[in-house]
Amino acid sequence: MSSSIALHGFHGGLRLPGHKIAASAASSRACPLPPTLILPLGQYGGSLAQVLVAPGDRVRRGQLVARADGLAANVHAPAAGSIVAIEPRPVPHICGLPASCIVLAVDTDADTDDRAICFPPMVEWQQADAQSLLERIADAGIVGLGGAAFPTATKLGYPIELLVINGAECEPWIACDQMLLRERAQEVCTGARIMRQIVGATRVVLAIEDRMQDAAEAVRAALDSSTDIELVEVPTIFPQGGERQLIRVLTGKEVPSGGYPVDIGVLCHNVGTAAAVYRAIVRGEPLLERYVSVTGHGVLAAGTWRVTIGTPVEWLIAQAGGYSGDAARVVLGGSMTGTAIATDAVPIVKASNCVLVLTTDQLRDPAPELPCIRCGECARVCPAQLLPQQLHWFIRAADWDAVESHALIDCIECGLCAQVCPSHIPLVDWYRHGKTELHLRADAQQRADAARKRFEARTLRLAQAQAERTERLAARQAVDEESPASDPIAAAVQRAAARKRSEGGPEHGA
Amino acid sequence: MIEAVLALSGLGVLLGALLGWAAVRFRREDAPLVDAIDRILPQTQCAQCGFPGCRPYAEAIARGAADINQCPPGGEAGIQALAALLGREAKPLDATHGSEQPARVAWIDEEVCIGCTKCIQACPVDAIIGAPKLMHTVLIDACTGCDLCVAPCPVDCIYMLPASSGIAVWRAPRPAAARLQNITFLRVP
Repeated sequence: MSSSIALHGFHGGLRLPGHKIAASAASSRACPLPPTLILPLGQYGGSLAQVLVAPGDRVRRGQLVARADGLAANVHAPAAGSIVAIEPRPVPHICGLPASCIVLAVDTDADTDDRAICFPPMVEWQQADAQSLLERIADAGIVGLGGAAFPTATKLGYPIELLVINGAECEPWIACDQMLLRERAQEVCTGARIMRQIVGATRVVLAIEDRMQDAAEAVRAALDSSTDIELVEVPTIFPQGGERQLIRVLTGKEVPSGGYPVDIGVLCHNVGTAAAVYRAIVRGEPLLERYVSVTGHGVLAAGTWRVTIGTPVEWLIAQAGGYSGDAARVVLGGSMTGTAIATDAVPIVKASNCVLVLTTDQLRDPAPELPCIRCGECARVCPAQLLPQQLHWFIRAADWDAVESHALIDCIECGLCAQVCPSHIPLVDWYRHGKTELHLRADAQQRADAARKRFEARTLRLAQAQAERTERLAARQAVDEESPASDPIAAAVQRAAARKRSEGGPEHGA
Repeated sequence: MIEAVLALSGLGVLLGALLGWAAVRFRREDAPLVDAIDRILPQTQCAQCGFPGCRPYAEAIARGAADINQCPPGGEAGIQALAALLGREAKPLDATHGSEQPARVAWIDEEVCIGCTKCIQACPVDAIIGAPKLMHTVLIDACTGCDLCVAPCPVDCIYMLPASSGIAVWRAPRPAAARLQNITFLRVP
């Protein structure tokens, strides 16, 4: 049911034009399978999944092809086919570098066994214990579908009070969460209940933006008269759907700098993640597809699609009518936080929510960068309450201690500061540069500390070995000096010398 | 007049004695300056500075027996940090100790390795494992790229390769400053 809890505000933010009608006007459509699927092994920042197949292997739909190792997620074959290669391919990462991927040629034979390999459904999940539910979620390869792709089972591993299901899809152009709620609200609600059972939350809030009335209707219908999930409509202000901003609006509490929502007893999951949890538990399906909006003036037939993970972006755009004549740039994600991709050969991954094709006239005016005039607009809109000007100066000056103390880590790269900057300073690019720099410096420091420890341990060990040797030598010398006769070797040498003298051996005689 | 002189002299003697006593009583044995210098050094333990490791070099700098520009792996950034710590003028790297290079790791060609253990003895951070007459291998995560294992190898089967590249160590570039190149930035306090 809808609830009227008192909402708080968050600092900064902007009301942006939504541009969502193109992607949410019609129902979602299933994207046909492409000839080739590309499955990256990495979660970018976490470790790589361990490959379980070799080129030439035939796999069935739903078969585990790479196992999570550390902070990674299981990778399943999204369709029946054969493994073509395991090789570096372009992946959707801002750096544009290729990364290890499993390349799967999809079977087109009509007689292929296309039944998916599924887990046994846990229909009676209310009776299941948290551990077996968590194991299932990890086995199904579920990650946060809001964009961060953090392994969901890891995130669900802590007891909390308030579970927030995030449907406040605030970024312009994207409508995949709205479409999911409109079409699968029941799955989202059941998924939320499963999550609540795992973390033992006392309250569950499903937050959507107040402009998403169609989604609100669907959720109300799905909830029927049950009151265990509170539907809350939050104002449509970008970046309302940011985890920290949403928690701030719902609870009035601030997630500590550098900390996580769990530190204040809150957990935030995307609606898509909740639906994926429902499918993994109740239907036993691994995560093989997701909702993706294909939109922008650069595609001919915008819409939202149910896309098999691993589908190349070019194939998906071809389904959406192809590029328009003046298409200029393909962006993965929305217009604010999305990243432009160099090639449309990159695959849709679990974290991809939107493919946005911009036309020449939609690109930001490449006006020359001018000096900062200290107008303060960036600080006014910053939802993380940072000081964007100061951060900019410090990063430019490579004053990394100052950058760190000004909490660059808390920047969510929402892009508002760069959007409002009258001097066209690419602030977010500077922050990305600063973040990787800080990260690599911390990494180098960690390696140096480890090397120092190993060097000290080795120095100590060598010194001890040397001391022991000296001690042994000293002990032996002491024994020799005390009673030279008692030394058996010396005695034997003396005896041998005496014998040789008395015999007068031939070698002596010669 | 004389009272004032006596009073101030007495005060001086008293406070001086107090300071002298405190210097002896509260002397720190943990050499904080050496630790601070050691934290800046890259811990490669490569001995290019002329000392048998980073800690000995740090001690030498603290004693005044070595200059701050003798560490090639630390490079210009390391010299800057040392200069800032010690309140000295930064100077270019002393080329007689080597030149700054991108990070590298050792790799042993296991087909060729005869298991002589000489590299194991040379490694300053115990990053090579193996046993006599059994092949050796390098723990890449622990290797500092110091080069010290290369020379002792009798069959020349150790190669220095570039350290890992890819997404994990990718560095977002500095945005190209279109028009600002000619403007000097003042460092804000």
